[in-house]
Amino acid sequence: MLPLLIILVLIVIVIAWVVGLYNGLVRLRNQVKEGWAQVDVQLKRRFDLIPNLMETVKGYMSHERETLEAVTKARAAISGSGGIPERMLAEGGLTAALGRLFAVSESYPDLKASTNFLSLQEELASTENKISFARQFYNETVMRMNNKVQMFPSNIIAGMFNFKAETFFEVEDEAEREAPKVDFS
Amino acid sequence: MWEQIAANRRKSFVLVFVMALLLAALGWFGGEYFMGKGGGPTGVVIALVVWFFMTLTAWFQGDNVMLTVSGARKVEKKDLPILFNVVEEMTLAAGLPKMPAVYVIDDPAPNAFATGRRPETASVAVTSGLLKRLSRDELQGVIAHEMAHVRNRDIQLMLFAGVLAGAIVILAEIGLRGMWFGGGRSRSRRDSGQDGSGIIAIVAIVLMILAPILAQLIYLAVSRKREYLADASAAAFTRYPEGLASALEKISRAPDKLSRATSATAPMYIINPLKRSKKMAANATSTHPPIDERIRILRAMGSGSFAAYDRSYMKIKGAKKGVIPGSALTEDPIGPAAPVREKVSASQRENARQVDDFFYRQDGYHRIECPCGTVLKIPPDFHSQVAKCPRCGTVHKV
Repeated sequence: MLPLLIILVLIVIVIAWVVGLYNGLVRLRNQVKEGWAQVDVQLKRRFDLIPNLMETVKGYMSHERETLEAVTKARAAISGSGGIPERMLAEGGLTAALGRLFAVSESYPDLKASTNFLSLQEELASTENKISFARQFYNETVMRMNNKVQMFPSNIIAGMFNFKAETFFEVEDEAEREAPKVDFS
Repeated sequence: MWEQIAANRRKSFVLVFVMALLLAALGWFGGEYFMGKGGGPTGVVIALVVWFFMTLTAWFQGDNVMLTVSGARKVEKKDLPILFNVVEEMTLAAGLPKMPAVYVIDDPAPNAFATGRRPETASVAVTSGLLKRLSRDELQGVIAHEMAHVRNRDIQLMLFAGVLAGAIVILAEIGLRGMWFGGGRSRSRRDSGQDGSGIIAIVAIVLMILAPILAQLIYLAVSRKREYLADASAAAFTRYPEGLASALEKISRAPDKLSRATSATAPMYIINPLKRSKKMAANATSTHPPIDERIRILRAMGSGSFAAYDRSYMKIKGAKKGVIPGSALTEDPIGPAAPVREKVSASQRENARQVDDFFYRQDGYHRIECPCGTVLKIPPDFHSQVAKCPRCGTVHKV
């Protein structure tokens, strides 16, 4: 009787442990999805802000056609990009192009005095920040997920239920190097 | 980082348990003393009922009371876009499910606090003095600190602990007054010492004197620990400890005292709004660690991670044990560093203008923009039909 009871208790404990791990993994996977959605929202927001910016800037910066075109092109490259790696490269390109645009805008005092431009600049700078912070949180979640998927003993459960390691959102090195450090003061 | 919340829950449980024991002991011995032998259980029930109703009130009214008492007013994105953006950025960094409501307080003393039992219903409030003094990076540090309080569920814990401490203080007060005026029935009826009621009386008196002090000390100790943890989290969210460090420095150097803070609301603020001497060492009666020490720990971090904060804490304090729960250290992020830093000193002027405009509008001031560039702000109780621009002399109709 007693050995049977012990075995029964052990089985219950093991089942509870598996259920706990499984639910933890599901929660993490949902968090990863949610984290990516947040990054995506901000990327979209930046995408939508750019036509507005171009409209404002056009009149003042007619001599900077190349810089303006570079931004438009970088934006178009995003809608044309296919998979996630390609998309990330395109987003990095837009970051760099925008950085150059704002750097050039420093030499246009009229533009710097326009309240419309200033509020757009604040919006875009903040959106860049939001992209970075959302990315930071997404990467942290991915790391926790990957730790669970790869480390013993949770990797057994992850393997059984087909949980996979997720990919980090890393900015392509090339784009990062290109992005100038802009002093907005 | 999420493991921290679990560690917090365990710690809060232990804390609440110790305080609850204190409350029960107070009720038991108070009951034995006032209602004679066998009155203990009734005393415990009375104590629990008092605590229950206080908790209920705090639970449903806590947020509103804090915001009302401090005179905070809600702002929308169009009022203060920069502040709003910073709060949104930190919401993302902290991974909160919903952006907290944003409030401002019209007070020259720079300070900030967060309230809300659950992250979904949280609010952050900052003073206009804070917006006028801090750069964007510094503001980010302060908001990150407040978001950490929300994310780590410190507000819930402090509310719970505060109410427990409050119930103990009130019951002990009533008990002491009762002794002073009426005295225990048990003493008048029976010989003391015969059935141990003398000992009970002594224990009851000692408890009534010591319990409130003990409860408040526990409460304050927890409050201080939460501050370190929130500083560490702020550094991890922004990946830039210097932002918060220089914000704390500016806040502590500001001469103004917050006019609407009370000792009950003090632990909620980013620095203690009542005590201004920053040289003061941390002692058992302070709600916050000394600000100098907080700044030094942040400055010695090097990089913005929990492990760096823990190392820095041990170095500065000369302590063997860190303040960060072990589980949080193993979860430290290694991912890419956060955003490119830009010094937006213009945002400080912009914030100052926006917050002034907001309060002028709230107070019913009327704006007239004179062609010479001057903005006239006409108070609501202005009687004359016309106003003259002080710069160019143009006369405007009100």
